[in-house]
Amino acid sequence: MKTNVYDAVVIGGGAAGMACACEMDSSGLKVAIVEREETLGGILLQCIHNGFGLHRFKEELTGPEYAERYIEKVENTSLDVFLSTTVVNIANEGEGYCVTGYSGSEGVLLFKTEAVVLAMGCRERNRGNIGIPGTRPSGILTAGLAQRLINMDGLVPGRRIVIAGSGDIGLIMARRLTWTGCEVLGVVEILPYASGITRNIVQCLKDFDIPLYLSHIISRIEGKDRVESVQVTPLQDGKPDISGSFPLECDTILLSVGLIPENELSRKASVKINHETGGAYVDAHYMTSQKGIFACGNVLHVHDIVDFVSEESVTCGRYVHQYVKHSLLDAAQYNVTPGANVKYVIPNSFIREAGRKFYLRSLIVKNDAELKVMLGEQTIIKKKLRHVQPSEMISFVLDNEAFPASLPIGDRMALEVSIH
Amino acid sequence: MSDKNEIICISCPIGCRLQVTKLSEEAVKVEGNRCNRGEAYGREETLRPKRTVTACVRTNSRKIAYAPVKTDKPLLKEYINELLKILYTLDIEVPLRRGEILIHNFKGLDVDVVFTRTVPG
Amino acid sequence: MPESRNKFDLAIVGAGVTGASIARVLSAYKLRIAVLEKEADISFGVSKANSGIIHAGFHHKPSSLKAVLEVKGNAMFDGLQKELLFPFKRVGILVTAFSYEEMKAVEKLYDQGIENGVPGLEIVNRDRIIGMEPVLNRDVVGGLYAPTGGIIEPYRFVFALMESAVKNGVSLFRNFEVIKSRKHKTSYTIQAASGETIEARYVVNAAGLYADEVSRLFGAEEFEIIPRKGEEFILDRLAAAFPKHVLFPVPAEHSKGILVIPTVEGTMMIGPTANEIENKEDTATTRENLERVLSLARMMVPAISKMDIITSFAGNRPVLKDNDFYIEASGKAERLIQAAGIQSPGLTASPAIAEYVKGLLEKNGLSLVRREDYDPHITGPTPIRGSSPEEVDLLVGTDPAYGRVVCRCEEVSEKEIKEAINRGHTTLDGIKFYTRAGMGRCQGAFCTYKIIKLLIQELGILPEEITKRGGKSKVILRKL
Repeated sequence: MKTNVYDAVVIGGGAAGMACACEMDSSGLKVAIVEREETLGGILLQCIHNGFGLHRFKEELTGPEYAERYIEKVENTSLDVFLSTTVVNIANEGEGYCVTGYSGSEGVLLFKTEAVVLAMGCRERNRGNIGIPGTRPSGILTAGLAQRLINMDGLVPGRRIVIAGSGDIGLIMARRLTWTGCEVLGVVEILPYASGITRNIVQCLKDFDIPLYLSHIISRIEGKDRVESVQVTPLQDGKPDISGSFPLECDTILLSVGLIPENELSRKASVKINHETGGAYVDAHYMTSQKGIFACGNVLHVHDIVDFVSEESVTCGRYVHQYVKHSLLDAAQYNVTPGANVKYVIPNSFIREAGRKFYLRSLIVKNDAELKVMLGEQTIIKKKLRHVQPSEMISFVLDNEAFPASLPIGDRMALEVSIH
Repeated sequence: MSDKNEIICISCPIGCRLQVTKLSEEAVKVEGNRCNRGEAYGREETLRPKRTVTACVRTNSRKIAYAPVKTDKPLLKEYINELLKILYTLDIEVPLRRGEILIHNFKGLDVDVVFTRTVPG
Repeated sequence: MPESRNKFDLAIVGAGVTGASIARVLSAYKLRIAVLEKEADISFGVSKANSGIIHAGFHHKPSSLKAVLEVKGNAMFDGLQKELLFPFKRVGILVTAFSYEEMKAVEKLYDQGIENGVPGLEIVNRDRIIGMEPVLNRDVVGGLYAPTGGIIEPYRFVFALMESAVKNGVSLFRNFEVIKSRKHKTSYTIQAASGETIEARYVVNAAGLYADEVSRLFGAEEFEIIPRKGEEFILDRLAAAFPKHVLFPVPAEHSKGILVIPTVEGTMMIGPTANEIENKEDTATTRENLERVLSLARMMVPAISKMDIITSFAGNRPVLKDNDFYIEASGKAERLIQAAGIQSPGLTASPAIAEYVKGLLEKNGLSLVRREDYDPHITGPTPIRGSSPEEVDLLVGTDPAYGRVVCRCEEVSEKEIKEAINRGHTTLDGIKFYTRAGMGRCQGAFCTYKIIKLLIQELGILPEEITKRGGKSKVILRKL
């Protein structure tokens, strides 16, 4: 077994891992990226559609283009990149961590490191997670798997397709499949509104007259060897109304029913997980409950725009650098709590320092809403939001001026973020 | 000609429902928009609807079997299927670079098809 | 193919746990044996979808064949595991009682178990049972402890049995659905749906759900197999509710109730339901049963969460009217042995069933001469899951494919996938059952395309030829 020593090891070479690692490299740390696939880039490589990079690069890029910009950046650093290497464990060794990776060409690799950055991304929820009853024939797959098969391997998994869930990947795949010569019979969404963004509803469904069944569920899957049909049932007051059921004859069901941060490795390392996000609890420095383990990107909370992943990961990288150099701001941290109509806020703590950015998700759909940030009894930020909905992440920056001059240090005071 | 069409504006997440009436080949009336961007969107979408097309093409690379491509500008919708048909029949020799042009000035529409990923040889 | 290659001393219809056990036991003798399986892989019927429990033997009346073979079979698993290396652990069984009346029922089970000859049975009080199983509902009042109860991966057991049988000369025919038989003076001609035929002197009917139809095809007894469906739900290996023992409620009349099961590979299972149904192929799960299983399982273990469910499945038990096994020489068709109605505890009893069937065959004139070259041992790839990093490093030294992790959720290496394929498990489900790739929390979302590539590479087939479990269960419909 070979042992390598680093200041920081980044697990995952997707959008989050690359941005975070580049930031740490530029500040002079000795850093390794450990990536399980044969190339850097992560899931971006299979997202061949456009719409990436508007915030970060001020132009509209496809997933592979966005990834390649970072891959080229990585190539111009002194970062060590370990490809085709799967991390199987993170062990706390008191004075740092030992990360274990398996590789076909190198055998078992051990990485001794002061800091670990979790950047493993997320996975798709599947049929078991949402409990669609019926048989278990061939032809049921997640939208992401279908995307991978078609866009990277040129393999088409179906002809007549029903999509369960109106998440963005599902919508994107509706267009992709149609453009591949498949027939998409409909998108079935349990909620009264679409989970994906409006642009995708218009360009991926309306362009092709694909019906969107809101407040409907797939109540049953039929078919022995291969999917033969699904039963679609409307919801009345939240309950399935069987009398309104109708069948759709199809050979494939694509599941686009949400993403879950992939934190099994984190849990092995005893990192505390937040049930609202499925990701770790992180403090004002993106450090998890385990000292020296940090998290950023979709493994922390599922983002809808990759630009924010990169941004958050750069911020995280900056704090890891400070941690390794023992220069983290050693001030009291205050809890950040979700208030009315807010699902979660990241990070989960704050510290009084300029330019702190927060990311949050709304629990409601509303036009002309208001974001309110309270510190104890005092409202310190009020911000108009033209439109909020659960699928679009909201962010705000907390500047020093926003704080009352006499912020009581040491008090267990919380910052509460709400939407009205 | 006075077809009234309802379309959803995608200029921002609000998603205004626009009622667009086509007055002539060059003129429309847009209602239901909250801002100027909505009017521009309604006009363009009614008179000259265009989409950026992304797809992938077969390569002879052993590692990266399909290379992703896109149109460098939005393409008039009526030409999309024709373009896709051509793309799926191609066999591409690697190496190729991101940004390299695969199809130049498609049908004289001032739209190029370019590779969006570098595939080494 | 020369005629003689299709002539056998014995044909076993069905490659589930019963057929595979019989094949393996008889492979120690100088016999030409054929195993005929209608599915694309073995263990794809009843043996695939069950609770994977090695029962202790206190559930059935001492007078039943089930009770006798169950206790005997249970005791044989340690020896079998040494030879065949399948996942099996004697974690023990706890029957949990939640009232004074239920404790009475526990006492009855205890008495029955003692009479059946179950070793080590104990009645345990509340404090003891909570101490043994901290995830239990605190309302528990006591229960029964059976230390010989265990857990197993049923399909891995069948795969190992058959691999051993094939190693010792047994011929396995996959995709061989028996549709016709012709009786001769000393043999039967058996025809498959594909048109292929074989000849065999003796026949064992181990056809599971279809034992009634197979019996009819051979002109043997008329009986009816009633499918009794069981739905089960799998929970993630990180579920907080993970128990140390197999947890049973006090049994109902026709079933052992809804159980909470730690699987031998570290995930968790709740179920099974027990509903008699019409269609033998109906393995659909239902929303109502999910809710029912969840609420019953939660009565025993309150920490069970719906959030932890990663998948569900259903299987049908082949039930006979009197609920017992039916293992006898046919009174109507000569040289045919019936091994029907093998439902729970069929898995536990299978090694004993095989010995029992061997006896019946011998009694009916099949001469058994031991092979000198019989080798009871098989080897397989070492799973990297559960191996230490030092061990994995050594394995990678022998084959780099050990270092390439294909399934991240269950930690399965490329080497294990390739071995599965090269041992004849060439469908996605077959590979899944052999290696566990795709059984974890992502349910194949990340590894399926890698397995597809390996199938193409190892077998030289087209993507469109790959199936989930044979037949028309195609995975890829066309190329772009």
